[in-house]
Amino acid sequence: MKYAYYPGCSLESSAKEYDLSIRACCQYTGVELIEVPDWICCGASSAHATSHLLSIALPAKTLVQTEKMGLHQIIAPCIACLTRLKVADMEMEEKEDLKKDVETVLESPYKGSVRVRNVLDVFLNDVGLEKIRKTVTTPLTGLKVACYYGCLLTRPPHIAQFDDVENPHSMDDLMRAIGAETVDWSFKTDCCGVSMSLAETDTALVLTNKILEGAKDAGADCVAVACPLCQSNLDLRQKAIGNKFGVFYDMPILYFSQLMGLAFGATTMDVGLEKVIVDPFPVLGAI
Amino acid sequence: MKVAVKEDTTAFAKEIQQKCGQDVLTCYQCRKCTMGCPMAFKMKMKVNELMRAIQLGLREEVLSSDTMWWCVSCETCATRCPQDIEIVEVMDVLREMAFKEGYYIPVESIEAFHKVFLRSVEAYGRLYEMGFAMDLNLQLKDPLKDADLGPVMFAKGKLKLLPHKVKDLKSVKKLFENVRKLEESRV
Repeated sequence: MKYAYYPGCSLESSAKEYDLSIRACCQYTGVELIEVPDWICCGASSAHATSHLLSIALPAKTLVQTEKMGLHQIIAPCIACLTRLKVADMEMEEKEDLKKDVETVLESPYKGSVRVRNVLDVFLNDVGLEKIRKTVTTPLTGLKVACYYGCLLTRPPHIAQFDDVENPHSMDDLMRAIGAETVDWSFKTDCCGVSMSLAETDTALVLTNKILEGAKDAGADCVAVACPLCQSNLDLRQKAIGNKFGVFYDMPILYFSQLMGLAFGATTMDVGLEKVIVDPFPVLGAI
Repeated sequence: MKVAVKEDTTAFAKEIQQKCGQDVLTCYQCRKCTMGCPMAFKMKMKVNELMRAIQLGLREEVLSSDTMWWCVSCETCATRCPQDIEIVEVMDVLREMAFKEGYYIPVESIEAFHKVFLRSVEAYGRLYEMGFAMDLNLQLKDPLKDADLGPVMFAKGKLKLLPHKVKDLKSVKKLFENVRKLEESRV
């Protein structure tokens, strides 16, 4: 199984542990990743707010490069990147004029032969739960995980084409396959405030506080995420949330791939566990 | 009382439809969009009200509203709309129009965010996260914002001091230039 790999800007710095753990999980499950050479930013979250053409041209450049690599599937672990790549591919297929404009901008043709894949989808449907269960050497028995999907993993359904839009379960299935318990809760697909956390921090804290409260009330030991912005919004500002709302959650926020990697026998360094802000070692201690 | 409608109030909705394919005229005010919107508590004009204002042709009011600037593109409204209006695409078109037509953007921090973000992408080909955050805080006139988080993130290896420039920066510059050229030729 060979895929082009588009890490995206966050996975190079603030979400380095997502990159590390995805690569580790892929190695354990026989998924070969080939990084798109010299890839550029997909333009989320600003290009689509300022220029539609720019918002399609930026990710289209990566799609064109993928074709040049001779590959037909690309994995983008960051959900914002994933959505921008998918939108670019779908809109160019639907709108001939737009495709022509983008090709003029890029000075390169696009055949439209690339399938943009969500990394959860690859683990669930290409690797399969059975193989994942067989790869587990250290089951995460007793760990209660609240799976948080956020916005774009399932929305809008015509773009995401993945899982149940209001009550998704794909990440829960993966977490159960590695021996963890998953909790039922009401905030799986609520919004974390995305980029609002930088420009309008106080506003974003209102949203993240609700999500963390929901996870805590459901009895979760930690929250599993699949998006760099979800992770940093929930993890980075728990102190600020405590100061504003008077509740200090101390809730570890981990990428689903970090938990999967650990279950496959990767070291904590391999999955960048020490990089998350709220210390996850106490709840993972027993494992 | 008789009300005489002299002009075609649907011109604005049709302009939006022509730009993004979304027909706002089909909205019948069920208000599901506003009910599910996580940012509705910040908006002066709620999402359903914005849809109605577009139907009434209130171009100025819509393009100077704060609604689309608080929208975080979470897609809850578009997912639940019984008329299948992709409301986020409408928001994107409104943002683009307001930007290009020089409207005052009522949430200044968000305007700064988009400008600083794209400046970084154009300069390096990728987002230079630390430079971006510092640049944004300067624009917000709050240079010490999140000063407590910087060292923590740095210690965890989550921040890079220097930008990672792509090798083929020329083609990135070209891409941005070509977009501007093509868009200017169509104004």
